Amino acid sequence: MATLVAGARRLWTEDPRKNPNRLVYILFGVGAIIFPFIAQAISGGNGGFLIGVMADAGVYMLLAIGLNVVVGFAGLLDLGYAAFFAIGAYTYAFIASDHLAVTPLDTTLHIPFWIALLVGLFMAALFGMILGAPTLRLRGDYLAIVTLGFGEIVPRVFRNLSEWTSGVNGISALDTPELPAWLNGPWSGDALAIAAPFKIIDPMAYYVIMVLLLTGCVILVNNLIRSRIGRAWMAVREDETAAAAMGVNTVQMKLMAFAIGAAFSGFAGTFYGAKLSLVSPENFGFTVSITILVMVVLGGMGNIPGVMVGSLLIYLVIFIGLPALPDYAASLATSVGLDDLNRANGEFPGIAQEVQRLKFLIFGLILVLTMLLRPQGLIPSRVRTQELKKGTQEDSTIVDMNAETAS
Amino acid sequence: MTATALEPKPPEPAVAAPILRIENVTKRFGGLVAVDDVSFDVQTGEVFALIGPNGAGKTTLFNGITGIFPPTEGRVVFEGRDVAGAKPHEVAKLGIARTFQNIRLFEYLTAADNVRVGQHCRMQAKLWDALFKTPGEGREEALVTEKAMEILRFVGIEQHANTYARNLAYGQQRRLEIARALATDPHLLLLDEPAAGFTPQEKVELMRLVEKIIDRGITVFLIEHDMKVVMGISRRIAVLDHGEKIAEGSPQEVRADRRVVEAYLGKDAS
Repeated sequence: MATLVAGARRLWTEDPRKNPNRLVYILFGVGAIIFPFIAQAISGGNGGFLIGVMADAGVYMLLAIGLNVVVGFAGLLDLGYAAFFAIGAYTYAFIASDHLAVTPLDTTLHIPFWIALLVGLFMAALFGMILGAPTLRLRGDYLAIVTLGFGEIVPRVFRNLSEWTSGVNGISALDTPELPAWLNGPWSGDALAIAAPFKIIDPMAYYVIMVLLLTGCVILVNNLIRSRIGRAWMAVREDETAAAAMGVNTVQMKLMAFAIGAAFSGFAGTFYGAKLSLVSPENFGFTVSITILVMVVLGGMGNIPGVMVGSLLIYLVIFIGLPALPDYAASLATSVGLDDLNRANGEFPGIAQEVQRLKFLIFGLILVLTMLLRPQGLIPSRVRTQELKKGTQEDSTIVDMNAETAS
Repeated sequence: MTATALEPKPPEPAVAAPILRIENVTKRFGGLVAVDDVSFDVQTGEVFALIGPNGAGKTTLFNGITGIFPPTEGRVVFEGRDVAGAKPHEVAKLGIARTFQNIRLFEYLTAADNVRVGQHCRMQAKLWDALFKTPGEGREEALVTEKAMEILRFVGIEQHANTYARNLAYGQQRRLEIARALATDPHLLLLDEPAAGFTPQEKVELMRLVEKIIDRGITVFLIEHDMKVVMGISRRIAVLDHGEKIAEGSPQEVRADRRVVEAYLGKDAS
């Protein structure tokens, strides 16, 4: 409580334009608490859909926070991040459904969700290390290519190993998470059941779990980057040779960043699998990796509140904004009296169809415009702001050096 | 300099054994011989200088010692242990720190963070401690911060602790590189052209700083072009030319050496 008061006082005295991070955290906290009430209010009591959407957005926020550790802090470009997401989700599918009965193992496992979260996390971290160990000696572009390959391989393996994974059909009917009895409440959705354990079926329950997981993860990552390890990551990002000469075991540190990023992804994947109760190789393609990377870059690489804002906005644009666009366009055309646009006419399929076709072009334009208007990201780290100034302003060190050698 | 928990080493007793022995070190890049069968000793507690014309192989030798480009042949014996072929971070942990000819700071970290990265290899905190901010980690961070400030004060840039390294003036960046190297608690400090681009005033200050470093019990081995600096602070000097050692001795001996004058000024001058 005392820290809250102190934080509020600092917020009051500090200019949020200079350091918006604290303000963003507070807004996220308050927003997370009041959102369900707003959702219920504006939808007249049927806010379940909106709340579920936000829980899904939370999955992407987790992913973006994890990728930010790899890309933003350690400076390793990972283009196959969705692979670990897939590994987490499939891990849950294997250990928490009847699926293993139809595999050569011919048995079933039903590990509770809460333990499965940790299993998914460690599984993904393990694969992160398996991939990282031989490849993290590579630098920059080479690493990006290798991770790109890994990101392609993993979903393909899940698709083609049908004996184990049911191939393109995916695995369905995964266990529904159960709340431990002490977490039980009106949100469990199974309120009439008297005996524990209560199954989580209400979107609100997923939302609450997601908010708790995100809070925990944000705190842990913040701890991490303000530690010996976080500083070593940034040193590796800035100058690997110098970092090594100063006693930083660069390969070990990069491996750690990679494994922690993968762990986040696996963690998010487990949650995602459990919420959807279905995994399929189609959910983890290259576009997912790129989407998460876009969230990180657009939000503000290397700044946790930034990537949270970025991931939330991009998620809402892709999964809410773009699908709704054709209908909006059609109703807009009607309301301004251009009804003709709604009818197909020769080559022209009607405005709704046309917008449907063009929606990713529109998404692309949004991205290009954002990056042009705000290349440092929506809420950049101080570092990125500096870095981009370097491009436009004269490098002060060079000026100084010339001045001093001339004198 | 107050002793903190982060300083494991007791003051080095003045022993006759060399702290660093370069034995027949050769470095080839393909067909190019950058360092050719060079041998010399650096004694504990002295300032030893390596000089020579551009391209003589001085920095290559530094890279060989610090594990960045291990030597092709020969031994680098540091405190009785062969470190040729060891990885850079292992060499740093054993107690050899260095600066770079073209400054290589962590530009987008603050001066204090640069120095704290230098202390990385002396810190104990593990992933678990860092994730959960254990009390031990908190104490260690406090010590590390205190020591970082003390080192910044030692090199004279403590007022810039929270400035990004890239925003420091050139002379301050050179000092910060030395501070970062000192943070690794070295026994031997390699300085690669520490006075490059300095004004005469700054050179005097640098020489004073090197003396202070020696007083802390750290041996200094430096590459330098500026003869005033070299002659002013070093006890012994080795001269490289085209990868070969052509002279070694006290400043007076080296200055009088005919081959050294030839190497620097050409044959006609001698």
